[in-house]
Amino acid sequence: MDEPQIYARLAEIFQDVFDEDSIAVTPELSAKDVDGWDSLTHIRLMLTVEKAFKIKFSVPEIGKLENVGDLVMLIKARTLKKQLQ
Amino acid sequence: MNSLYSELQWLPRPPREFRERLRDLENSAGQLGRELQSLALHALDVNQLTKLAKTIGKARADGRSLEPLVPLRLAVLSNSTIDLIVPALVASAARHGIALEVIQPSYDQVAQEALTPGSKVNSSKPDAVLLALDYRALPLKLSLADAEASSATVQGVIGYLQVLRNGIKTNSNAVCIFQTFAPPVETLFGSLDRALPGTLRSLVDNINRELAEYVLGSGDVLLDVAGLAETVGLADWHNTQLWNMAKFSFSDELIPLYADHVARTVTAIRGKSRKVLILDLDNTVWGGVIGDDGLEGIKVAQGDATGEAYLAVQRLALDLRQRGIVLAVSSKNTDEVARAPFEQHPEMLLKLDHIAVFQANWNDKATNIQAIAEELSLGLDAMVFLDDNPVERGLVRTLLPQVAVPELPEEAAYYARTLTAGGYFEAVAFATEDLKRAGFYQDNAKRANLQKQVGSVDAYLASLDMTITFQPFDATGRARIVQLINKSNQYNLTTRRYTDPEVTAAENDPEVFTLQVRLADIFGDNGMISVVICRPGEAGVWDIDTWLMSCRVLGRKVEHMVLREILEHARAAGVHKVTGTYRPTDRNKLVVDHYARLGFEKVMEEGPGLTRWELLVENADPANAPMKVVSQGFVAKGESLV
Repeated sequence: MDEPQIYARLAEIFQDVFDEDSIAVTPELSAKDVDGWDSLTHIRLMLTVEKAFKIKFSVPEIGKLENVGDLVMLIKARTLKKQLQ
Repeated sequence: MNSLYSELQWLPRPPREFRERLRDLENSAGQLGRELQSLALHALDVNQLTKLAKTIGKARADGRSLEPLVPLRLAVLSNSTIDLIVPALVASAARHGIALEVIQPSYDQVAQEALTPGSKVNSSKPDAVLLALDYRALPLKLSLADAEASSATVQGVIGYLQVLRNGIKTNSNAVCIFQTFAPPVETLFGSLDRALPGTLRSLVDNINRELAEYVLGSGDVLLDVAGLAETVGLADWHNTQLWNMAKFSFSDELIPLYADHVARTVTAIRGKSRKVLILDLDNTVWGGVIGDDGLEGIKVAQGDATGEAYLAVQRLALDLRQRGIVLAVSSKNTDEVARAPFEQHPEMLLKLDHIAVFQANWNDKATNIQAIAEELSLGLDAMVFLDDNPVERGLVRTLLPQVAVPELPEEAAYYARTLTAGGYFEAVAFATEDLKRAGFYQDNAKRANLQKQVGSVDAYLASLDMTITFQPFDATGRARIVQLINKSNQYNLTTRRYTDPEVTAAENDPEVFTLQVRLADIFGDNGMISVVICRPGEAGVWDIDTWLMSCRVLGRKVEHMVLREILEHARAAGVHKVTGTYRPTDRNKLVVDHYARLGFEKVMEEGPGLTRWELLVENADPANAPMKVVSQGFVAKGESLV
């Protein structure tokens, strides 16, 4: 899965999780930019991402995420690793 | 994870435009409660449940009525994070007809909330309080091999729970819902943990047993979370990462399942659980089609894998009847044909005595179910309808949305499990009067007469997006054509049986007009469902030698479409009259009026029940049905002369 595909899927997930169509899913986007992106919604977001991409994150990985760009890199690495297995 | 449970597979999948439909509700003028319930009746995930709850919350804030949903105020006391669970509870309750308002005190304030008279929970005057505690909330000290100390630990825990309960009772008089405790997966010794006093597993086992006994005596309510966790598997239930990260008591993927269980429990507290199980017969209560396969052909025997699956459905129905659930039958069949297995088949567990209302006829099932409800003087919202056929299920869901209609998997071995997974008959108490209920309804029930039709069947048929495909006989279809000709009994006008060479001969004879008919709909491809053979009669006349149809597609106007196709080809071939015959057998009473319904005129009656019919091609215009027509493989008339 390449980056544009990941961003496209993430856009759907953001819509679903935040119930909001207008969020532009860019690499710089982070929690402070979105109303309602609190710690619980963050967990719901992570769980939805895990389910959608059929991957699992570790606690430190989730802790290190600063913005959507980080998340995309992580998804990319994870899905690649899954393909190689 | 077992998807029957984690994905609520007894519920239909949510519509693709779920979000849009939810959003439209905010401005809808219709009965909001009903519409919310119909959206909630899908297998929703956590995000969808959250959105549905948000819509409910907004409607409530705007002062909109949620009727006919029944209001209930539930306080939830927990030692874990329930922020994701609360919206799921609200949305799942709507599924069961409850307008749930959840009181959620601050995190981990269980004792303070229960015991302080003016606490948030007590001052909100809840109808019920859910003690959503898991084993981590309990003071569990290991006391290996020390029976006395472990008993003291267990008694201490039960005492603590009773103190909470008494506080709630005194301060708000709400019903208390206790949860049993899902034991952790990690063992200390291994199997010995179960046997040895004072291990975590043994302590939790004993607490659950004592708690269950206590609740049975105290009149409180039990939510068997331990049983639920065992059903889905403890390793899937407990997600230690989520506990560490966010203090989730169990896996996020099981929130919809848990929420539905809480919802059915409060539904039972409100006395709104279902009371009647309506059974389809063919391929639901026995394997096969009684009208075609006969008493010897249907599968209900022990020792046969298919038969045992259906026997399991019968056993479950009987057990449900024993606890007071009323049984009824709705089947598309001739009445005496449908009754025969109940009266004569030695392996049938269900007997006619067990069925309060027996509806076997050729009406649509929505009409029949309504008649059953009237006959029993119970509301449609007391009914559960079990049917293997997705089209029948869809029809009933569309026309009678109050009736619960579980989805069923392909494999009949899972029918019984799927029905129980739906939790339609949840009860919080059991009284001896329940034992008598099924018999009581039965005494009052007479057979209902079903004439009137309900709702718009046509509109429903149109929504099935049907495609009917006509082809002449060909080599590809031949095996199935031969099978249908030799097996179909009910929708079969002449019941003429032909061998493979005879069918091949018809296929190759340019004078003979043949049709094989397939039908597809949104639920999938039904495959070949009808066969017609017309042979030349007098000059300019076609005689319908064979016309048969699978009963699976009854009531969908397929026969009208088949006639339209025949007439089209007849016109092209210069045929001015089509004749047909009804030859009665002991199985095909269903089609005695087939030709009359299609506008044929009766020209002759011979012998016992045999009738001959004709239709003039020129003015014939049989009803058109809402389906796409594909006609392929026919040789144009000019070409056949070459």
